[in-house]
Parts: sequence; structure tokens; C-alpha cells
Amino acid sequence: MNDTIRPGTSHPNRPAWIVRYTAKERVSHWIVAMAFVLAGLSGLALFHPALFWLSNFFGGGPWTRIIHPWVGLLMVVAFAYYGSGKARENRMEPRDWQWLRQIRDVMSNREERLPEVGRYNAGQKLVFYAAVLCLLALLLTGIVIWRAWFSQYFPLTLIRWSALIHALCAFVLICTIIIHIYAAIWVKGSIRAMTRGTVTPGWVWKHHRAWFRELMTQNAASSRPRSD
Amino acid sequence: MALQSLDIVRRSATTLPSPEARIPVGTEEVAKLIDTTQCIGCKACQVACMEWNDLRDEIGTNTGHYQNPHDLTENSWTLMRFAEVENTKGDLEWLIRKDGCMHCKDPGCLKACPSPGAIVQYANGIVDFHEENCIGCGYCVTGCPFNVPRISKKDRKAYKCTLCSDRVAVGLEPACIKSCPTGALVFGTKENMKQHAAERIEDLKSRGFENAGLYDPEGVGGTHVMYVLHHADQPELYNDLPKDPHISPMVRTWKGMAKPLALAAMAFTALAGFFHYIGVGPDETDAEDEANAEEMGKKLERTP
Repeated sequence: MNDTIRPGTSHPNRPAWIVRYTAKERVSHWIVAMAFVLAGLSGLALFHPALFWLSNFFGGGPWTRIIHPWVGLLMVVAFAYYGSGKARENRMEPRDWQWLRQIRDVMSNREERLPEVGRYNAGQKLVFYAAVLCLLALLLTGIVIWRAWFSQYFPLTLIRWSALIHALCAFVLICTIIIHIYAAIWVKGSIRAMTRGTVTPGWVWKHHRAWFRELMTQNAASSRPRSD
Repeated sequence: MALQSLDIVRRSATTLPSPEARIPVGTEEVAKLIDTTQCIGCKACQVACMEWNDLRDEIGTNTGHYQNPHDLTENSWTLMRFAEVENTKGDLEWLIRKDGCMHCKDPGCLKACPSPGAIVQYANGIVDFHEENCIGCGYCVTGCPFNVPRISKKDRKAYKCTLCSDRVAVGLEPACIKSCPTGALVFGTKENMKQHAAERIEDLKSRGFENAGLYDPEGVGGTHVMYVLHHADQPELYNDLPKDPHISPMVRTWKGMAKPLALAAMAFTALAGFFHYIGVGPDETDAEDEANAEEMGKKLERTP
């Protein structure tokens, strides 16, 4: 039995819980999440006058301006840690494109009609790519418009482009994360995966069957008595 | 400087109109007219600006150029810019332009500013920074088509020429106007200044400057600081005075359409999620799924 599968009490050989996210992954995910909320709220305060009141959460306008880029940096660093090594698991495969073509079945909870899903489904993979691309662009444009430290080194035209692209990428990221959060509320058991780290075998069987096969095959191979 | 005696017509980061019940009688748009053809580059206006506004810039270094300081700073709100230009006849022309805030009718700084009330425009046309509301983000620098605002390294607030709004409010002319020894600087209602400029331009044309003209660029809705130029067809000769200044399309999009559209789309995304939950409901795992998992687990255990 490997580390991913935790035995239940009644059937020692049957898995009761499957570890989906390790403590390291969970901690770094929630650091990213907190930084996202803080960067998002402080950024929205500076984006639209109707949301300027959000700057009160940060101690007023100047503090919002001071804090925003630092939490942005924290988000990038924490995500780099969280996301590094996840690129391979997030590579799009033919079955993922099929999954996307059947997005109506996905939305209607008709999972039995969908192709088998690996550790991540196509939606999760797209969230991953959106996060990587947006954070990279937010980092680069954010440096250009960081008036206190860097803006003096860049021409005005570049600063103007950066301000616009920064807002655009933040918008895309916020919409992506709204979808990400909703998906976690929608697919029951997901929040437990990212708070406790574990999911039930039934959950993996239902939502990530290809990953389930992989785990069970590995488990069978490792728990089988050696022939020699 | 918040001045109740001046009526505010526009306020940064404010989506609703300013108070409009009062219709100030007799408040006309004002303008400073800078006649570059009469300027001798004495810098008295720079000194007057320092004096009135209590500004003391750092003593810089001499780089063999008359321009001093080298650029506008948070402590130098106006600056004589000197350009040595060889004209088509091969003669040298010394073009001196008093640089500073142009007090645009459509101010890019005000459009870009995210902090409510940090930048205001008075009924008389003056665009003023209220530093107590400034958060130091520098968006005004990004928005300005003339590259005028400067962020102080000391307090991270934005500064620029106020057109002496405090003096104008009590019926005085700006400090720089007071100091000009040649009459190159004049101040009054915008209409009067245009008339005065027209006379000056006529005079210049009669003396061989056929391209003399007024610089009151339309792209920013006109300005409340205007120039009489000998070469109005080539404003860029005067240390890159922009020929057709306007608020950058990037800034217009970012601080225009993008704001309501992005907010609406984000709200829509969240609502779509909510109603999906209400309409379709959660995706749950039940005992049957657990049984199926167990069955598949057993099967995979048996098959090597």
C-alpha cells in the first residue's frame, strides 16, 4: 500500500481515503488563495471608483497602493512553488478535448457520458494555464507600473500598455478563480480535498476514473507478495 | 488645496456628477497665455513659482546648458525649456518654452486617477491636485499627455503647477505672471487671451513668421495654458511639445469602457455560478459510487 492510499479500519486492504493534496500542496495553495484575495480586493479598489471603499480594508488609499504589489509578488512566488511540477499532470490530452466538447454533459452532471479523467480534468487544466499565463503577465506588467521602484526606468507608452494589460489579466484571472471557487462548491468533496487533503475512493472513481485506475493498479502491484 | 470659493466641475474617481445647483455667475474659464516669441528665458517665473508655492528644489549640476533644473520635478512646477534650432535659412533660433501643467479641458491625469477627489477641475478650468487625497500610485503620470505630474520621493504624492488656484480664487493672477518682465506671460479669461493671442499672431505674421499661431490643442479639448508659437506648424521644435496631444487610447480604454464591462462580467460570472447551483445542483458522490469504486478496486487487484 503506497502513501496515497490510506487503509480503512474495517477492511485493512480496502482504501478508505485517497490523498489528493499533501500538506505542502495545501499550505501553498492557501497562501496563493489568500494573496489572491488581498491582491484582488486591493487591485479592484484602484480599478473602479465604485470599489474604492475596498481600500479601507488595507488602511486607506496609500496603504492599498503600498501593499498591493507586495501581495501580488507573494502570490506569484507561492504559485510558482505550488504549480512547479504540476505542468506534466496538466498537459492536455485527446480525452481532455473530448471532455471540453461535451461541456454540456459536464454542466448537467452527466459524468457517465464523459471520457475518463486523469488526476485533473480539462477545466482544471485550463484554470492552471490561465493562472500561469495571467500571473506571468501580471508580474511583468506589474513591475513596469510599480511607481515606487521601477516605473522611472520605463517609457510612458510601455507604462500605458502595461496598465491596460495588467487590468485585463487581472480581470481574466478573477473570472477564472470565480469559476474555480464555484467548481469546488459544485463538486462536493473538492473542498475537503484542499482542506483535509483526502477524498473517498468513490469520489476519485466518479470524477477522476483514469487516475483511480492508475492508483489501484499501482496499489495492487505494490501490495502483491513478491514471487522471489 | 481645497478651496470652497472655487466650484468643482469634475472630480477624479467619481462616477456621479458634481453638485450642479449653483450656477456661478461670472465664473469664466481662465487661461494663461505664454508668448514664446516674447520670452527672454530669464526664469523670473521659475523663481516666482518657488517663492509663492514655498518650493525649494535641490541644487543640481551644470551640464553646460541654460535649462536648470533639467526637468520638471515635484519642487519645480514650471521650467524654461531651451531649444537651439537651425531654421531653413541656416540661422539659429533660440526657442524658449515655459513648460508646466497645461490645465487641459479633458485632463488625462484626472481620468486616470483612482482616488476620489485627489484631482479636481474647477469651473474656471484649473486642474488641481489635492495631495491630501493622493495615494501616490502615479496613474496621473500615466494619463498625462504632456508628461507633467511628478511623484515626490519624500512623501510619494503627486505635484504639479496649480495655476496658483489659491491666488486666482481671490482675484489675483498667478505668481509667474506677476514676475514676467517682458509681458510674455499674460493671464485672464480664456476668451480674452485668445483675442490677445490673435493680435500677437497678426503682428508676428506681418514680421515674416507666416506660421505663427496659437497652441490650444483640440485633442484634449483645449488647454487653460496656451502658447503663441512662431512655428505653430511645428510645435515639436519647442522641446517636443506634442503636435496633437490626446489622452492615450490605452488610458482611455483602461479608465473608460474596461471599468464597467469588467465589473459586469465578473458579477455575471459569479451569478452564473449561483444560478447553476440553483438550477442544476451539486455534483455529489453517493454510496453507489463508493460501491463501484470498491468493485473496480477488487477487479484491478485481481488482474496483474
